[in-house]
Amino acid sequence: MSQTFQRGPVTGTAVKKRSRRKPFLVDYYSTAVGKKYVMAITGIIGVAFIIGHMVGNLKAYLGVIEHNGEQVYDIDVYGEFLRELLVPILPHGYALWGLRLLLIGAVVLHLHAAWSLTMLNRNARPVKYQGARDYQIANFASRTMRWSGVLVLVFIAWHLADLTWGWLNPGFEYGAIYRNLDASLSRIPVAALYIAANIALGIHLFHGVWSLFQSMGWNNPRFNRWRKGIATGIAAAVVVGNVSFPIMTLAGVISFQPLS
Amino acid sequence: MTNTLKNLTLKVWRQDGPNTSGSFETHTIEEITDEASFLEMIDILNERLIEDGEEAIVFDHDCREGICGTCSLMINGQAHGPERGTATCQLHMRKFSSGDTIVIEPWRASAFPIIRDLMVDRSSFDRIVEAGGYITAATGGAPDANLIPVPKPVSDAAMDAAQCIGCGACVAACPNGAANLFTAAKITHLNLLPQGQAERYSRAEDMVETMDSYFGSCTNHGECEAACPKEISIDVIALMNADYRKAKVQNRKQLSRT
Ligand code: HEM
Ligand code: SF4
Ligand code: FES
Repeated sequence: MSQTFQRGPVTGTAVKKRSRRKPFLVDYYSTAVGKKYVMAITGIIGVAFIIGHMVGNLKAYLGVIEHNGEQVYDIDVYGEFLRELLVPILPHGYALWGLRLLLIGAVVLHLHAAWSLTMLNRNARPVKYQGARDYQIANFASRTMRWSGVLVLVFIAWHLADLTWGWLNPGFEYGAIYRNLDASLSRIPVAALYIAANIALGIHLFHGVWSLFQSMGWNNPRFNRWRKGIATGIAAAVVVGNVSFPIMTLAGVISFQPLS
Repeated sequence: MTNTLKNLTLKVWRQDGPNTSGSFETHTIEEITDEASFLEMIDILNERLIEDGEEAIVFDHDCREGICGTCSLMINGQAHGPERGTATCQLHMRKFSSGDTIVIEPWRASAFPIIRDLMVDRSSFDRIVEAGGYITAATGGAPDANLIPVPKPVSDAAMDAAQCIGCGACVAACPNGAANLFTAAKITHLNLLPQGQAERYSRAEDMVETMDSYFGSCTNHGECEAACPKEISIDVIALMNADYRKAKVQNRKQLSRT
């Protein structure tokens, strides 16, 4: 008789006595559906950040303003505002670090869930179809989530080293955001990298945002027909906003002049 | 109008058993009427193979009217072949043209081991249903019809989900080898109805986790819905996910009272 492959027993909160159960979140995360909830929630945190980050950066287009009687770049003031968030309830920089820790946690969980579900899926079909598949619905975005995700991850690392830590930024000055932005993005290969990575991000979100509705169990005839539209809209907004920065820097719209 | 198809090339997967490796075997069908069903075409080929003293191609089939869920086959890279909302037994040769090459493979998933040639063992589906795909009902005389009122839209939605014939095309078509559409259909048709409420949450948890122990994980490609001969909507997967989330909380609460 052929032996059906099975990974292991059901975790079974429904049948297990309290003393033998794993903590709720650990138990939940140990299942594939639970991991998809984690992917979706960490994805939502990511999307919220990406939109906030993009909108915040649009301040680069406001150029120079007068602040406390001085001529300064608006986006530099914005950067300082972020560090001052919730001051004086919290000391300088604490709220920003809290947000950063949340994001780091979300990326780590998102990655771990993506990795382990990918392994699960490989094991679920160890022998591939030997003839060509003829996909009906699956699209480029849904089939390249792992690749678009990894590209975004590599880009995030570059981006931090460039504009946060300044290692890859010529003449980096801490807090001089407008200057650093111009110095980085006026290099054509770097601008190309930013454009490519954000298109990958857009592709990831085009499938990801639609997918998260299903993963979260958000399915209702009242809004179902909006779900793909919302995903396309968010993906398009993020791509257009983010890709505009390298293009506008190369075009000279974002151009740093030292202010006396 | 009957037409005759000429010169079809079949590439059929042949494999002796679950633990041997298989390969494609090529056969030529010189002539076949387009009124033949796909399975009749294989029957005719098998007659010829038997006459020639060769082994007939082993494949699953039973009702041949699209209701039992026994037939399978990956035909030219599509589960149940090129016609939407149709099981392989209801597919006819008029969907093909003379000179076509047709590639026929079994469902491929580790939870569906190949028994022989195109026949796979789908008993992992039975394990999922055993875990909670039933209701507990009192024995005795049959209750009167319509004793339990069910709102029309709810009964419609439940009946849509209940159409699942358990064929496994959803798993076969899924790039991840996930069984979410099957499991969700089986959970949804009971969880929507009043009769299913008593076991709603133990059902959701037990069936999802049994599914989890055999199959891959859903990434919402939507291939299953396109392959499903009963056109079950992936909406049921979202309903299952929501019920699973509620079940994890509810079952804990209830158990902590004991
Ligand atoms: C760091 C590298 C990343 C990798 C390797 C990765 C990988 C994945 C994978 C494999 C999926 C599941 C695909 C599916 O459901 O079809 C996914 C879903 C998703 N990702 Fe990512 N991702 C990454 C980064 C990001 C980032 C930075 C964001 C946010 C801006 C994001 C947002 C999402 C969303 C919203 C989903 C949908 C969640 C769901 O369906 O449950 N991802 N990701
Ligand atoms: S959901 Fe559709 S494809 Fe899947 S087993 Fe049921 S009838 Fe077959
Ligand atoms: S043989 Fe019964 S559904 Fe096809």
